[in-house]
Amino acid sequence: MCLAVPAKIISVKDSVAEVEIGGVWRAVSLDLVPEAVVDDYVLVHAGFAIQVVDEEEALKTLELFKEIMEHEHEVS
Amino acid sequence: MNMRFLKEYRDGNLAREILGEIKKISLKPAKLMEVCGTHTVSIFRHGIRDILPENINLISGPGCPVCVTPNKHIDEAIELCRRPDVVLTTFGDMMKVPGSGSSLAAEKAEGADIRIVYSTMDAVDIARDNPDREVVFFGIGFETTSPTIAAAVLRAEREGVSNFSIVGAQKLIPEAIRALLENNEVGVNGFILPGHVSALIGIEPYRFIASEFGIPAVIIGFEPVDILQGIHMLVKQIEAGEARTEIQYTRGVPPGGNPHAMKILFSVFEPGDALWRGIGSIPGTGLKLKKEYRRFDAVGRFGIEITGDREHPGCRCGDVLRGVKTPLDCGLYGKACIPENPVGPCMVSVEGTCAAYYKYGMRRSG
Ligand code: SF4
Repeated sequence: MCLAVPAKIISVKDSVAEVEIGGVWRAVSLDLVPEAVVDDYVLVHAGFAIQVVDEEEALKTLELFKEIMEHEHEVS
Repeated sequence: MNMRFLKEYRDGNLAREILGEIKKISLKPAKLMEVCGTHTVSIFRHGIRDILPENINLISGPGCPVCVTPNKHIDEAIELCRRPDVVLTTFGDMMKVPGSGSSLAAEKAEGADIRIVYSTMDAVDIARDNPDREVVFFGIGFETTSPTIAAAVLRAEREGVSNFSIVGAQKLIPEAIRALLENNEVGVNGFILPGHVSALIGIEPYRFIASEFGIPAVIIGFEPVDILQGIHMLVKQIEAGEARTEIQYTRGVPPGGNPHAMKILFSVFEPGDALWRGIGSIPGTGLKLKKEYRRFDAVGRFGIEITGDREHPGCRCGDVLRGVKTPLDCGLYGKACIPENPVGPCMVSVEGTCAAYYKYGMRRSG
């Protein structure tokens, strides 16, 4: 039930955002993340955006791991 | 979805490489508890239990909100929906959960006005559109959902929607983990912490797991690469004899969580005792409406009093939720209790451990 899916904000009006989830447009409340703006990805749970997704962090986590593995391959 | 990283977090090759790393470093026996039902489902869906080395044992914990809701609250919702002036609104998962003598689905079939909503805001809309009815929202959930319930209460107040109220049965995760650890029944070596609860509360509330109990804990995302990477982080700590609280799911969980949402939550609610299925009352693990918002409490408003609530004597849900037993230890699993005819909530909710076991073909051996 704590499922949340990332969705891109298409437009914002009166603290309600229109987002795209898997090709479908949906209205979600921005009451919990008033700082979110158009083009942000937000995590959507039960009709609310609950967090702005940090794309840079997303890539960093992956890169970091790839580096660790490459390093370990070199050592072993 | 065209997010580059989403694809990468589902990348089979990367997943296999991480698995290889886990196998290389993991020597000690490791009992890892996934606290969150969404993790349970994702772990089964991607077959992660089967591919991990044998010394790593994944056990499911108390993180399915539908499952931990005891019959007392379900009976309250049933009492309420029997009132002719009430429209009961709820998330779909609650419909089939058996209470002491009935279920919401059975009541609906008998003519009760019960409406499944996707969002708490839908419930407020229904109240606004039906001023002559009393609209009650059956509020279950953890910190992911509770701020949305608080936001709905605030909106009802702001817009003067006076015929809206809630059955508050929400729970707080970190204190529940503390209760599990204090009972010390399971011997967990590492915690897979819930990603979306943490998106709201951040990392601080979990620090005690490492500092007071010496157990590693990592906040982990829900894609297969997330889960394996998170397990790798846990195993690394376990093998080194260390205990830290870390975040793997950094794209969704800033260390501070979402303070704005938490402020909204705690402007409407304050911590209180909560009743957990199979566990009983745990102080400080629930949320109650603050004095200024007490009029939104449906149970008080309509004078509902439940006595004689009871749970099915054969159902082991409570033990499953504490990680003490698996569904395979329940005599009713797969026989009297199947998803089409569930005896307990752990078989109803898609995130219930019994339902996940059943869906992914776990059978009793011998
Ligand atoms: S299999 Fe059914 S009866 Fe047994 S513990 Fe799970 S939900 Fe309860």
